[in-house]
Amino acid sequence: MSDKQVWTEIISPQRGLFDVRLSELWRYRDLIALFVKRDFVSIYKQTILGPLWLFIQPLFTTLTFFFVFNKIANIPTDGVHPVLFYLSGITLWTYFSDCFIKTSNTFVGNASIFGKVYFPRLTTPISVIISNIIKLGIQTMLFLVVLCFLVITEGVEVKINATILILPYLVFLMAILGLGLGIIFSSLTTKYRDLSFLLQFGVQLLMYATPIIYPLSYTHGKMRLLLSFNPLTSIIETFRYSFFSIGQFDVWGLAYTTVFSVVTLGMGVLVFNKVEKSFMDTV
Amino acid sequence: MSDVVIKVEDLYKQYRLGLVSTGTLAHDINRWWHKVRGKDDPYQLVTGENNRAVKNDSEYVWALQNINFEVRQGEVLGIIGKNGAGKSTLLKILSKVTGPTKGDIKVKGRIASLLEVGTGFHPELTGRENIFLNGAILGMTKFEIKSKFDEIVGFSGVEKYIDTPVKRYSSGMYVRLAFAVAAHLEPEILIVDEVLAVGDAEFQKKCLGKMKDVSGQGRTVLFVSHNMQAMSSLCSRIIYMQNGTLAQNGSVNDMIKKYFDDTIALNAGKPIREYIRDAKHYGQEVRIETLACTDQAYWRDNVKIKFSATRVNKNISEIEFGFGINDSSGLRICTYESDRSFTFQNSDEVELEIALTEPKFVPGKYFINIGVRSLNRTLDHIEFGASFEVLDIDVNGTHFGFTLGSSISGYIDTRAEVVQTVSNKKSERNL
Repeated sequence: MSDKQVWTEIISPQRGLFDVRLSELWRYRDLIALFVKRDFVSIYKQTILGPLWLFIQPLFTTLTFFFVFNKIANIPTDGVHPVLFYLSGITLWTYFSDCFIKTSNTFVGNASIFGKVYFPRLTTPISVIISNIIKLGIQTMLFLVVLCFLVITEGVEVKINATILILPYLVFLMAILGLGLGIIFSSLTTKYRDLSFLLQFGVQLLMYATPIIYPLSYTHGKMRLLLSFNPLTSIIETFRYSFFSIGQFDVWGLAYTTVFSVVTLGMGVLVFNKVEKSFMDTV
Repeated sequence: MSDVVIKVEDLYKQYRLGLVSTGTLAHDINRWWHKVRGKDDPYQLVTGENNRAVKNDSEYVWALQNINFEVRQGEVLGIIGKNGAGKSTLLKILSKVTGPTKGDIKVKGRIASLLEVGTGFHPELTGRENIFLNGAILGMTKFEIKSKFDEIVGFSGVEKYIDTPVKRYSSGMYVRLAFAVAAHLEPEILIVDEVLAVGDAEFQKKCLGKMKDVSGQGRTVLFVSHNMQAMSSLCSRIIYMQNGTLAQNGSVNDMIKKYFDDTIALNAGKPIREYIRDAKHYGQEVRIETLACTDQAYWRDNVKIKFSATRVNKNISEIEFGFGINDSSGLRICTYESDRSFTFQNSDEVELEIALTEPKFVPGKYFINIGVRSLNRTLDHIEFGASFEVLDIDVNGTHFGFTLGSSISGYIDTRAEVVQTVSNKKSERNL
């Protein structure tokens, strides 16, 4: 036996900060696919309406918003039909907050599996993101159906412009932002559970700091400046702009969001990777 | 000599005791402060062996200390030790579930670990869906699972229920399906922890057979179990762990025998629980304080019994001790009594160790009753105070019974050898 022999793996206390092993993640792509499938198959089992819930949730929230914010509070929607305004905002917001909250539970929620078998831990949050992208796709259909319905029945004006081509990019940006934030929180909650409480209402509050129920143009001065620091602002605004040509298309805002998201994801992966090794002892 | 596939070097693992949540922030800050000044981690200084029975002032504990060993390709390495010796921690580190505190492990080849059967099984999914999910979690690709799907279902024996959600399965079916998936993994190194404790006897046999096959194919197996019979029939070498350290490393029989011998030391010293004293006035004059025996023994191997007693009433003399052995149905197998002149002599405390040499117990579980008498008056009596199990193999691995592998039970153990066979008719045995 010689020391020259080739070891395929060395298990050591600390892994290098940048030793992320993405190739390993690729080897487990089947697992990611199966996790996604599991999420879809299992979630609506033993329900009567099944996947219809995917439509019921945003529709009812939209109606609620319509009555509360539009009819009662009289908040304008920038000339966009209020139902479409809220539905677009809710669809995107649900997508982002699901990406964020569900990935933030990665370590704590999967502790029983993670404690028994090793597979790249990143497979779980990534599968959550993919499930949510599919869900977003289905809900976007709903948005389009409602849009067509309103065009036909009420003659709502739709001015689609070229920015619609960057919609996939917006979805991607939200995914990496949600994933990045989610895995950072997930890494920290293994030790400090307080954060999961903070997160729950934090995300709720964040919705009000994002132009979901009001248009950006409704804000002025300091409020507007504050909103421009929210990386989600430009995404939501761009989405609405691409369908109705109303609102704001801010290239610099999107550039800021891109940088913010990429940096967040990068930090997230590094933190996650570091915590991954020892979290079983603290979770 | 075949290749070394696992090399464990100076492995340490530290855990924190008590509530992990409180004070973590303070510890983290303190740790960081030491690190900034270039000093050692202040919480790693704690030493001392990990004995769970002894309360330690320190908040941190070493679950593993200074572990060094090598495993060669094709070996089946058994790891034994009492609960809390660090066996599972070691397997967890090997299977990358948690990292070591110090030291490292060098591995050659793909590791699959089976610390639990059915990890990741989702109750709402069908058996078929769970085979794929569980297989992928254990590291198989979809293609691998597909190609072995029929084999897996066949092995599990739950064909009929394969499209039913597993939450409708009986616990036995669940375990069968789960083990079937795991059994069809084809890693170079397989790590198995106690999973054989589940399922019925027939299925356990099947699992053991499967593990033998795996090792026969040149794969390496690391195996933790308290089932010494499985250990001695499967393993080629055994590591014996004690209090987080590697106590010994040697041949299968030596290690298992040492483990059996040590169990008595572990059990001795525990005070007798009051409820097994069958009359209230017992133990008032002479009191049996502790009683222990070897946990498990090979067939025809020595069984040790150890007990201690105190004389409360100093005037009592002519004390005799007696103990009896009952089988699990309560039937008395044998009774032993000491000489009537046996006394405490000068001391008021006595501790005795008795060895039943070359006992002829048939394999099974036995209970020890013990009593103290003086002038035909019972002073103390403990029923079912301790128990031991006789395995159905002897030190050399020979099975009890007249043909290998057949299980025979009953009350009398006598040699049964085939002396003559008569063709087609009946066989005569020397009973």
